[in-house]
Amino acid sequence: MDLSYSPEYEAFRDEVRAFTREFGDRAPPAGDMREWQNLLIARGYAARTIPKEYGGFGAAPDVLKSRIVAEEFIAAGLPMGMSGQGISMLVPTLLEVGSEEQKRKYIAPTLRGEIVWCQGYSEPGAGSDLAALTTRATEEGDDFIINGQKIWTSTAAQADMMFCLVRTEPDKPKHEGISYILFSMKTPGIEVRPLVTMTGRAEFNEVFFTDVRVPKSGVVAGRGQGWMVANATLKHERGMLGDPNQAGTRLKAIVDLMREETVDGVRLMDNPVLRDRLLKLQARAHAMEFHGLRLLTSRLKGEDPGVAGLIVKLMGCELNHQLAAFAIDALGELGVLYGGSQHSRNNGNWQWNYMFDLGLIIGGGTAQIQKNIIAERGLGMPREPKPAKA
Amino acid sequence: MEFGLTPDQKMMQESIGRTLERVCPLERVRKTTDGTARDVLTAIAELGVTGMLIPEEFGGLGLQLLDAALAAEMLGRHVAPVPFVASSVMAPLALLGAGSEAQKRAYLPKLASGEATAGVAISEHASGARDKAGISARAGKLSGKSLFVLDFAGAEFFIVADNFGALHIVDADAKGLERTAFTTIDVTRAIGELSFDTVDAEPLSSGNPQATLERLIDAGRIMLAADTLGAGGRMIEKAVDYAKQRKQFGRVIGSFQAVKHMCAEMVAELEPCRALIWYAAYAFDAFPDQARRMAVHAKAHTAEVGTFVARTATEVHGGMGFTDLLGLHYWFKRIGFDRQALGGPEKVRHDAAVAQGWIGN
Ligand SMILES: Cc1cc2nc3c(=O)[nH]c(=O)nc-3n(C[C@H](O)[C@H](O)[C@H](O)COP(=O)(O)OP(=O)(O)OC[C@H]3O[C@@H](n4cnc5c(N)ncnc54)[C@H](O)[C@@H]3O)c2cc1C
Repeated sequence: MDLSYSPEYEAFRDEVRAFTREFGDRAPPAGDMREWQNLLIARGYAARTIPKEYGGFGAAPDVLKSRIVAEEFIAAGLPMGMSGQGISMLVPTLLEVGSEEQKRKYIAPTLRGEIVWCQGYSEPGAGSDLAALTTRATEEGDDFIINGQKIWTSTAAQADMMFCLVRTEPDKPKHEGISYILFSMKTPGIEVRPLVTMTGRAEFNEVFFTDVRVPKSGVVAGRGQGWMVANATLKHERGMLGDPNQAGTRLKAIVDLMREETVDGVRLMDNPVLRDRLLKLQARAHAMEFHGLRLLTSRLKGEDPGVAGLIVKLMGCELNHQLAAFAIDALGELGVLYGGSQHSRNNGNWQWNYMFDLGLIIGGGTAQIQKNIIAERGLGMPREPKPAKA
Repeated sequence: MEFGLTPDQKMMQESIGRTLERVCPLERVRKTTDGTARDVLTAIAELGVTGMLIPEEFGGLGLQLLDAALAAEMLGRHVAPVPFVASSVMAPLALLGAGSEAQKRAYLPKLASGEATAGVAISEHASGARDKAGISARAGKLSGKSLFVLDFAGAEFFIVADNFGALHIVDADAKGLERTAFTTIDVTRAIGELSFDTVDAEPLSSGNPQATLERLIDAGRIMLAADTLGAGGRMIEKAVDYAKQRKQFGRVIGSFQAVKHMCAEMVAELEPCRALIWYAAYAFDAFPDQARRMAVHAKAHTAEVGTFVARTATEVHGGMGFTDLLGLHYWFKRIGFDRQALGGPEKVRHDAAVAQGWIGN
């Protein structure tokens, strides 16, 4: 164990810190998000390891430097640049399995925020059982004609493009006949209907396809390879969810809240029951933080972290949700106020987080699906017996 | 930056594990009734486990608390009925923190070699005084009583904290000292009561005894957490193995999702405890200002997770888990002991709030 950083890394940290001091005022909300993003890419604080020819900074992969960047941006209270399904899921997928043409065409504008993507996987009848999807793509010359429906598609209303799973070979076994295809959301025949969620906002949508004609060149890694490609993406999605930095930030906010907020003149922090619950969560947040460091070291050394790596989505999403749930309990009746209501604290953000986090526990593979993965891949337990053919 | 074990640490931990596998199988554990298996102690003493924290000049290995935590994990894994937390960790730290040169020379080498073991009587400071326990020191003599003395059985001497947190060494055979062993759920560990009637004691008065006492408590709590990590890890392995071979309804029970999910939840809860304990143990030496906060969190959180693992792993075994035949209860009880010793979770979390200045003492 050695938690110190070598001089090379300390120097790097100084450089990042100097940047955050000098340019912090250009960050949103004051500055424009895309300008901020381009500045970060130019300096290597976003898209750091993505090759130059695809619009990245082209640094050698170094997870420690990435961590230092994250630490310093969090400490300075600055946004890390753009995220979203295109940047965090599609780009790594294209780098892994995309064609040279696809990489050149899509990665750079995606990184710069010029193309916003949405992920068209789930369907009304295919959620956890994603491979049961039925949206059809039939061949017609150089095009596919798509018919069917997607659901729970985040940001579809704002998106320029979709990365989508469609069934191209209906006669093949369910995992084999799927293709992964990229196309424009402006294509005629696509209808997006916002789906309002429990938060009161429309965070996701239903998307309907009626004879949507898209070029075959959008297929990633070849026709029928969609399941393999989707799994590459899901790996990145689960890596993104359950981020321990978020738990640390939330915990700090709750500690501040409990030191300031009073009931009958008594600080929440002086209520032993609430304090005990807070301390339980603090221990969990520390455990996940150090667990993250442990995984980081495994990655640095190229070791397979095994089961330790598979638990992050489950435990991280759950912890974030519990933190928000606790903050609401600590607030008591104030905890029912929402948005900018009179008397509401933190603009009702705890309530919003509490609800939205439940969505994150469900999305990207539910808690139950994560437990199946942990048990089967992590502990080598038997898979569910295949259902008898109907 | 490297958050992980060195190759040496991994090797050491494996070799302790292999030795315990050989000298301390369940049949051996079953034969102990007072928490002290001399032969097991001798075997681990040969590997240096008893002297890990003791500097080389006194016959030890001169390692750090993280190394001791790795050993504690293995002892918990094998429910080893040997003194360790008090005798090999807390007592040496007391002597190193507050002992004179002469005291170090007199006591450390025999602890290092395993020739003698020491008990530690500080429970009143870690978890509060029960049944009017407390020790007053007057003119070099101790009176009163201390409960829940760790590594009680067979100790040659005791490290005792008086009511003011000053530390003393008391010979086990001292005149006026009465020793009463307690019957507990966990036969692999010995605790008991010391009762003092104007007993001769040697003060440990170099350095800062009160600060040393706080360090002992932190270290002890981290060791108990590491012990639970080991015991819990073994219980999960046993549950998973059992689930892969036990059949009901014509299939192995491990193919039932209810059972798989129990196993997944156990491992998902326990795995982050490992990082928390490593960090707490490392911070004990490297970042003393974080030591108290991390020690209490490691102790309390691992205790909570340990309890969950102990009951869930037992349930996965069905009726068999509840029998003495399988012996799973040794691990169950060890985790139960670790949870309460040196402060239960609520008490320990209270200490965490104080350590962070969230509340007054
Ligand atoms: C906030 C949010 C954003 C999302 N964004 C997107 C997006 O951008 N693009 C996209 O394609 N999809 C998106 N989704 C969809 C998401 O991937 C699915 O909702 C999720 O995979 C679960 O599928 P389902 O809703 O059909 O639930 P179901 O699969 O019907 O599950 C219902 C319940 O049954 C349980 N269950 C199902 N199968 C099993 C099993 N084998 N074992 C045990 N329990 C089981 C589940 O755990 C759950 O508790 C999003 C969802 C949410 C909530």
